[in-house]
Amino acid sequence: MIEMIDVKKTYPNGVIAINGINVKIKPGEFVYVVGPSGAGKSTFIKMMYREEKPTSGNILVNGVSLPSIRNSKVPLFRRNIGMVFQDFKLLQTFTAYENVAFAMEVIEKEPEEIKKRVMEVLDLVGIKHKARMLPSELSGGEQQRVAIARSIVNDPKVVIADEPTGNLDPETSWEIMNIFEEINKRGTTLVMATHNRDIVNNIKRRVIAIESGKIVRDEHRGDYGYEI
Amino acid sequence: MKFRTLLRHFRESFKNIGRNGWMTFASVSAVTVTLTLVGVFLVLMMNLNHIAGNVEKDVEVRAHIDNAANDDDIKAIGKQITEINGIESVIFSPKDEELTNLIDDLGDNGEAFKPFEQDNPLRDVYVIKTKSPQDVIKVAKKIEGMEYIQSVKYGQGYVEKLFSFVNIARNIGIVLIVGLLFTAMFLISNTIKITIVARRKEIEIMRLVGATNTFIRWPFFLEGLWLGVLGSIIPIGLIAVLYYNLYKYAAPQITFKFIDFLPANPFIYQVSAILIVIGAVIGIWGSLMSVRKFLKV
Ligand SMILES: Nc1ncnc2c1ncn2[C@@H]1O[C@H](COP(=O)(O)OP(=O)(O)OP(=O)(O)O)[C@@H](O)[C@H]1O
Ligand SMILES: [Mg+2]
Repeated sequence: MIEMIDVKKTYPNGVIAINGINVKIKPGEFVYVVGPSGAGKSTFIKMMYREEKPTSGNILVNGVSLPSIRNSKVPLFRRNIGMVFQDFKLLQTFTAYENVAFAMEVIEKEPEEIKKRVMEVLDLVGIKHKARMLPSELSGGEQQRVAIARSIVNDPKVVIADEPTGNLDPETSWEIMNIFEEINKRGTTLVMATHNRDIVNNIKRRVIAIESGKIVRDEHRGDYGYEI
Repeated sequence: MKFRTLLRHFRESFKNIGRNGWMTFASVSAVTVTLTLVGVFLVLMMNLNHIAGNVEKDVEVRAHIDNAANDDDIKAIGKQITEINGIESVIFSPKDEELTNLIDDLGDNGEAFKPFEQDNPLRDVYVIKTKSPQDVIKVAKKIEGMEYIQSVKYGQGYVEKLFSFVNIARNIGIVLIVGLLFTAMFLISNTIKITIVARRKEIEIMRLVGATNTFIRWPFFLEGLWLGVLGSIIPIGLIAVLYYNLYKYAAPQITFKFIDFLPANPFIYQVSAILIVIGAVIGIWGSLMSVRKFLKV
């Protein structure tokens, strides 16, 4: 469950990125966040994993009020959510396997359990055979699979993705979307900012459109709605 | 923290050394250069200090007592001297003993003094050692003012020069230490600057995935430790071999009475221990400094 109450965000340079947002996302939902470039989508997403703090208002994720947690406790909070980014954010000196395993080592899981679970999720995203490779040895699509495997390895209730297909070709994007659909089917809440009109119009889900820091449209089974 | 997590940090720190290839090389090189300088300097300073200490140890005050003093007077003077602050020992040396010593010291030439055994021209003497050699002058002044003291000798002129030489040498040592520390800091902070760019993303990602600051710090801490220890290997080897040979072949050639080098046996081990500790501290400090900036606390 994610809830934003009267959230505003002004960056230190004076840019008003979010200008009064109220929204509720229920457990198990699949939500697209769309809007023109610079509308505030990434800021909206970043506030959900406490990368940015709102200037005013409150945000609740899984019952935790994010503005009030201390910086040093942020990593602890993030253990309960999965995150996927346009640029994958993999540790370049770690293999695919090590990147995923890291998320479990952090919470001090048993080595046996780590081995089993990491191979399981790598299999789920279809990259088990390249477990020993470094990110630099993988294609963009393959790296994104590793990142997704990492985001779900600890069974989070929520997965947040910021343009996860932004760097991928259309075919690879569809494969990645299949994985996300699969994850959502298992009951994980999914929030995904995207510019990918084809995907939004074909896999019909809730669409939240943001423009100039405000929600201008919120539809149960929406369209992308913008011309390219 | 669970024990297996500690093991994990150890494993990870070893892996990082390999993963970071040339950065490891750069850091180890910086530590190596620094420690070689520190090592050479340590060898010089500790020997210099040792020699200075030897020389100072020989410094003593000799108070000659007037023949007019009777036994009670002499005892009273001894007691007075003992009461001066900073005195280590006071030894009474009667004039007969003084003469015997003189004759012995002079060897064959001493024969010439034999006739004086009947009518000894020397005086009874108090030989005084001070706790701190630099107190000799002060103590000598005090004794000079006492009754029945004919003269006080402590190597006037020579002792003052010796002390000013030792002080200059020590001050140069301190200047060298400070200069060296600056060099070390410059070298290491430069190396850190190089590693920071690469590490910044790494730490950001670790925090995204839920690693606490402590968790992130541990492998860095250990990695710094290994880098420091690795960096101390070459300096230790170099200095051990050089000093051993210097002590064995060069030192015996120098026959100046008071120039006496520290024996290679415990000294090489002491210097090695000091270098390893400095290396470890520098490595850990450098490594933790490079992560500190990115751990939002
Ligand atoms: N760290 C920052 N400091 C200052 N201003 C920022 C920062 N990040 C974003 N902004 C500004 O906030 C506004 C919203 O940016 P945001 O990244 O949220 O947009 P977006 O909808 O994700 O755009 P895009 O579709 O291009 O990714 C923009 O005007 C941007 O310039
Ligand atoms: Mg964005």
